[in-house]
Amino acid sequence: MLRLLALLLLLLCGPLVAHADDPLAELASGSFDTVRQGVEDLAQSGNPNAAKILSALQNGQLYYLPDHTLLIQADDGSYANAITGKAVSDDDAEARSVRINNSIRSVLDAALGSLRLFDPNPSVRLNAAGAVFDAHQPAAIPALDRALAKETDSAVKTRMQQARAAAVLSDPGAAQDARLAAVPVLRARGDEAARGVLASVADQPGPVGAAAKAAVASIDRVLQLWSLAQSVYYGISLGSVLLLAAAGLAITFGVMGVINMAHGEMVMLGAYTTFVVQQVMHAYVPSLYGGSLLVAIPMAFLVAGLIGVVIERSLIRWLYGRPLETLLATWGLSLVLQQVVRSLFGADNRNVTTPDWMSGATQLGGLTLTWNRTYIILFAFLVMAALMAALRYTPLGLRMRAVTQNRRMAAAMGIRTPWIDALTFGLGSGVAGIAGVALSQIDNVSPNLGQGYIIDSFMVVVFGGVGNLWGTTLGALTLGIVNKFLEPIAGAVLGKIVVLVLLILFVQRNPRGMFPLKGRAVEA
Amino acid sequence: MSEGDTLLYLDGVTVTFDGFRALNALSLVLEQGEMRAVIGPNGAGKTTMMDVITGKTRPDTGKVMFGKDTDLTRLDEPAIASLGIGRKFQKPTVFEPHTVWDNLLLALAGDRAPRFTLFARQTADEKRRIEQILETTRLTDVRHRAAADLSHGQKQWLEIGMLLAQEPQLLLVDEPVAGMTDAETEQTAVLLREINRTRSVVVVEHDMAFVRALDVKVTVLNEGSVLAEGPIDLVSDDPKVIEVYLGR
Amino acid sequence: MKLDRAAILTIVLVFGAALVMAALNQMTPPASAMHVPTYVIALAGKYLCFAMLALAVDLVWGFAGILSLGHAAFFALGGYAMGMYLMRQIGDRGVYGNPNLPDFMVFLGWKQLPWYWHGFEWFGFAMLMVVLVPGVLAAVFGWLAFRSRVTGVYLSIITQALTYALLLAFFRNDMGFGGNNGMTDFKAILGFNIQADSTRSALLVISALFLCGQFLLARFVVGSRFGKILIAVRDTESRTRFLGYRPESYKLVVWVLSAVMAGIGGALYVPQVGIINPSEFAPGNSIEAVIWVAVGGRGTLVGAILGAILVNFGKTWFTSVLPELWLYALGAMFILVTLFLPRGVVGLFRRRSRLEPEPEVPAASAAQEVTG
Ligand SMILES: Nc1ncnc2c1ncn2[C@@H]1O[C@H](COP(=O)(O)OP(=O)(O)O)[C@@H](O)[C@H]1O
Ligand SMILES: [Mg+2]
Repeated sequence: MLRLLALLLLLLCGPLVAHADDPLAELASGSFDTVRQGVEDLAQSGNPNAAKILSALQNGQLYYLPDHTLLIQADDGSYANAITGKAVSDDDAEARSVRINNSIRSVLDAALGSLRLFDPNPSVRLNAAGAVFDAHQPAAIPALDRALAKETDSAVKTRMQQARAAAVLSDPGAAQDARLAAVPVLRARGDEAARGVLASVADQPGPVGAAAKAAVASIDRVLQLWSLAQSVYYGISLGSVLLLAAAGLAITFGVMGVINMAHGEMVMLGAYTTFVVQQVMHAYVPSLYGGSLLVAIPMAFLVAGLIGVVIERSLIRWLYGRPLETLLATWGLSLVLQQVVRSLFGADNRNVTTPDWMSGATQLGGLTLTWNRTYIILFAFLVMAALMAALRYTPLGLRMRAVTQNRRMAAAMGIRTPWIDALTFGLGSGVAGIAGVALSQIDNVSPNLGQGYIIDSFMVVVFGGVGNLWGTTLGALTLGIVNKFLEPIAGAVLGKIVVLVLLILFVQRNPRGMFPLKGRAVEA
Repeated sequence: MSEGDTLLYLDGVTVTFDGFRALNALSLVLEQGEMRAVIGPNGAGKTTMMDVITGKTRPDTGKVMFGKDTDLTRLDEPAIASLGIGRKFQKPTVFEPHTVWDNLLLALAGDRAPRFTLFARQTADEKRRIEQILETTRLTDVRHRAAADLSHGQKQWLEIGMLLAQEPQLLLVDEPVAGMTDAETEQTAVLLREINRTRSVVVVEHDMAFVRALDVKVTVLNEGSVLAEGPIDLVSDDPKVIEVYLGR
Repeated sequence: MKLDRAAILTIVLVFGAALVMAALNQMTPPASAMHVPTYVIALAGKYLCFAMLALAVDLVWGFAGILSLGHAAFFALGGYAMGMYLMRQIGDRGVYGNPNLPDFMVFLGWKQLPWYWHGFEWFGFAMLMVVLVPGVLAAVFGWLAFRSRVTGVYLSIITQALTYALLLAFFRNDMGFGGNNGMTDFKAILGFNIQADSTRSALLVISALFLCGQFLLARFVVGSRFGKILIAVRDTESRTRFLGYRPESYKLVVWVLSAVMAGIGGALYVPQVGIINPSEFAPGNSIEAVIWVAVGGRGTLVGAILGAILVNFGKTWFTSVLPELWLYALGAMFILVTLFLPRGVVGLFRRRSRLEPEPEVPAASAAQEVTG
């Protein structure tokens, strides 16, 4: 391609440059070669209408009459003279469209790019420089030089320099010094695109090829680091999901020692609460719909928390000190809750929407961060921090700790332990409900939602060390990251199996988790 | 091993729980055939000492030797039990669902491997030994009762009986008379002395009358180390001992 | 080993009923009022296999205090071993008519049988695997778990993780066990047509035979000195250590035995239901097996058999009459039995034997401490 272009340039410098003074005439032609020459010439010409004409060409709206007059077709189908802008009487039969092929298209992109380099708006110039970079046509160098001379915005300037370096490097005819100087500029940019340009010349003989090769290697190393960082991000993201799912369990199981197999269903109820909140807001206050999740969070906490209190008062409290029976009864409860939801909402997935401010992604260096994942990570940490603070600083938290550490002593000091039990369980369930709000953003909201998390959640709590919220946090993150690092090696399912097996081995080695609590309480 | 040889040797044993020193450079030597009473205030580390000897707790530092060359810190509970160290717990722990007879049967010295117990039948010898122990511990009448249905004192005795059935060289007895009537206490002292004729014994006890009745060398523990050692009369006159027992 | 009345009754009932049903199926014409249709035979056979699973669960839960939430995994592994034999029996009668490869392998474009499928064309080898595969897995898992003293809910949770991991693994096509769809379309067992009434009847009687055999074996184990030690381990594990017993060995022996029993149940299950797929590993299945035992009466063996049959009969009835209500009924059963019927149905009829477990040992629950 490059070589072909060079050849063509050589040819064009010869006798064919007959029309060089009239790029417009060149455009009004049926020959691809001539049209392309016309595009290049027009871009260089400084003609004030150049941008308009080239855009029209790009959009397939440029026509010409047999007398080589260029016409631009408006959206409504009417024609106007490309230079004067005067309307032309309809004469479809006469007007022919200027046809373009791929090779013209790329020249066109570069040409338009270089034209926009002079746009008064810096962000347009920045984009233009990007487009020129992507095209990296040597033909754009003069335009870039002119633009660089005028440019004041430093970001745009950097981008233009990179574009120029790419163009120079891609030009086999450029001076070797210049091309060598271009290599470090591209290496400094260091992304996939820069790597692509460098790689395309890396196998050329001579010092340029060697320098490019070295630069590619160095970029690869950096990119590898970025992809590592990306894996860590995915891992943290998965870990934060696990953390959210496990946070409530860290209270009910970790702090109270209640094996709540219906924990997943509390998460599920939170997700359905989100659904209901969205439906209601959509129907009654559509203007506030964007904030539906913010409304759903406290609602889910209340719904799941209240149900948790009811469960504790009606079921769990009869089963204290009988963990295995609690496990069975709450499993039964989970079946009932699933079936209730199935009866009320149907067995199909419900559609929970993602607000605009949570969609899309942002770029951080070489990292792609999707907003919903990023928000969930932040949210997970927020929830954990709030939970720790609640346990540590609120009167309720103090009483909870007192009751779980020494129930009889706490009762003797006038704490109403049954209430504290109910509230603690309600807190754990409420947190599970909050997790449901977050999970509704990344998972299918169906009656089975909770089942998918129950084993993972228990694993996280056990892995982190029961009764230890820091342990739960670290446990979740570790599991998430390990999982994401295994995935590319072993595949998603196998990776998960490996993690499970590793966990089983880990629990067998350290039955009390990563951060075991010591002391007699543990052995009781 | 002849009389006078060292049976149990603890040297510089330290155990910490979350930074709290339950045992602090504890040293203790027990002769073959000796009976030793260990006393000390609550939390002195008496039970922890037994935990260390029987392999339940690993010491941070220090030596625990049994006989000439068996390092107990390297062994786990069943291995130590098989060496001939039996233990009675502070809180009587017997197998509640089983009969008195079965409790003793399970305690009898013998092969402990599943492949043996799966097919084991009671031998005449086993029956004779169990009957003998029932006699010694005065439990003959209740031998077919579930251990759960015994009185507290009877459970204590059953546990001592189980100790005997193990035929250990060394018995560790943690507060055997707690919760017993005076008569039972006296009988227990007699029983322990009788046992001591063939075996070495370490008794942990609070009850001074009981310790006096045993009439053996006494070790006083306090805050994880030995405060005093000697005959009971000497020890009970020691101002340091009086201080820890009465001073607070 | 002395058998009490309940035990003798159980054996007579199970075996007698199976025999009578098989005989009526075979000897009466379909039109007769006495005729037992073949689908009932298959159903009854299925219940008996579930009863074997329940017996296995009761052996470890009722007598060693190990609440396994992964026993269906052993059941399913036994089932897969049998399924592999049955797949090989299909020969060239499959859809693709490939004499060497099961249909699903042809479908995946495989060229040859994976190494671990070799030998399964022989019945004897397959039966050996029915015993060995669950047994070895249980031995490895149990050795790791019991040696490091993982107990109580921790153990329950990792057994749950075990079956979950197997579930995920068997869903994978490249495992070579038929992936999602598992194995089905069996044609013959030991040369007999697997669909034939006579084969079905024979399978039912064989299942009854195995169930009774397992029941007697379990009775023997729990009645031996070994069983007494097991109960001692269940209630006061640490005490047994100071007597010189190694609880981990006792648990391991009974755990492996139990896994093998479950595996045999699974192996008999597959020819009677005609399919084995990864859903048998679903964590819920293992938990359901536990509720059979709880309903019947934990630590009674007889109760396990009774519970498995009762609950599954109820399931069949509900799912045909009131399908939406089945999950409510099952859920309610879990809750009500644990709250109000801790000794199960058997407990309604007889005094508590002192060897039965307490409703539950208030075992070492999770650490009751927060360091937040
Ligand atoms: N596992 C343990 N964890 C924490 N502290 C312990 C543990 N075992 C013993 N202790 C502490 O060590 C000290 C000694 O206990 P113990 O040996 O039971 O005393 P004694 O039997 O002399 O009354 C006590 O303060 C006790 O609280
Ligand atoms: Mg003590």
